Amino acid sequence: MLDADFFRRWMTATAASVDREAERLTALDSPIGDADHGSNLQRGFTAVVTVLEEEAPGTPGGVLTLAGRRLISTVGGASGPLYGTLLRRTGKALGDAEEVSAEQLAEALRAGVDAVMTLGGAAPGDKTMIDALVPAVDALGDSFAAARTAAEEGAVATTPLQARKGRASYVGERSIGHQDPGATSSALLIAGLAEAAGE
Amino acid sequence: MSDEQLVGIVLVSHSAEVAASVAELAKGLAGGGPAVPVAPAGGTEGGGLGTSSELIAAAAASVDRGAGVAVLTDLGSAVLTVKALLAEGDELPERTRLVDAPFVEGAVAAVVTASTGADLAAVEAAATEAYTYRKV
Repeated sequence: MLDADFFRRWMTATAASVDREAERLTALDSPIGDADHGSNLQRGFTAVVTVLEEEAPGTPGGVLTLAGRRLISTVGGASGPLYGTLLRRTGKALGDAEEVSAEQLAEALRAGVDAVMTLGGAAPGDKTMIDALVPAVDALGDSFAAARTAAEEGAVATTPLQARKGRASYVGERSIGHQDPGATSSALLIAGLAEAAGE
Repeated sequence: MSDEQLVGIVLVSHSAEVAASVAELAKGLAGGGPAVPVAPAGGTEGGGLGTSSELIAAAAASVDRGAGVAVLTDLGSAVLTVKALLAEGDELPERTRLVDAPFVEGAVAAVVTASTGADLAAVEAAATEAYTYRKV
């Protein structure tokens, strides 16, 4: 069973990898976006770790809803409301339980990903974070490690796609050949989950 | 809603200057009617380009007179942040609505309409209708 501490470790591990990869995320965002993805997420996840230490929510749902709110208020770019909604909806779906199963987490994360698709209007294949998250959620039934691999493969598979949503869609065909920064950071989020699980 | 209560307007842009200038433009073009509460929410709190949920929430609270708040946005994260705040439930005043409208033309239409004492639905309709004015 997964408790609040597991979810705190997930957020901390994600913050650390976003920190490590911030320059790469921003570099990926330079040719097709506005070159702020790494620094925006770095600011957001740093704030998440701080607020989780300050308020120390006692349930998995509490950790994720607080983290989501913090991302919405600190990121400053589209990834704020998108990642914020992902974590908040996932957290809300987990409710007030003190511990949740991996199956419950998979189900809740699917609700979160659905909410992101509704908010941003993106579908699989649009070259967005959805292209890493949907395969990850599908693989979560097998193991956390399988979800991490699926997310990484999903992110890499965005390279030949043409962006159909967000800032990158304005550059049209020139978005082809670049790995999507949002899918790449989503793979970091899922890798953080696997790390928290010790996989 | 009674006639004294005017709909409030919030203008959300990635740029503080754009939001403030469009607010000035819309108020200027609204003429001599009752002063519509209009608040810009542009850029990040640090003064950079982007969207701040805190600035949006503060702007919405500052223009809320009880008749509702119409929020107009430019693009991308401005739209998504307002939608996420609305989904949150308690971050924005009751009867706050994200209005689907062109930013400049919609802001002018919204402020002029609100200055007549029109309700939120009429303000929203006027702003959205600004999409239909073709220029060529």
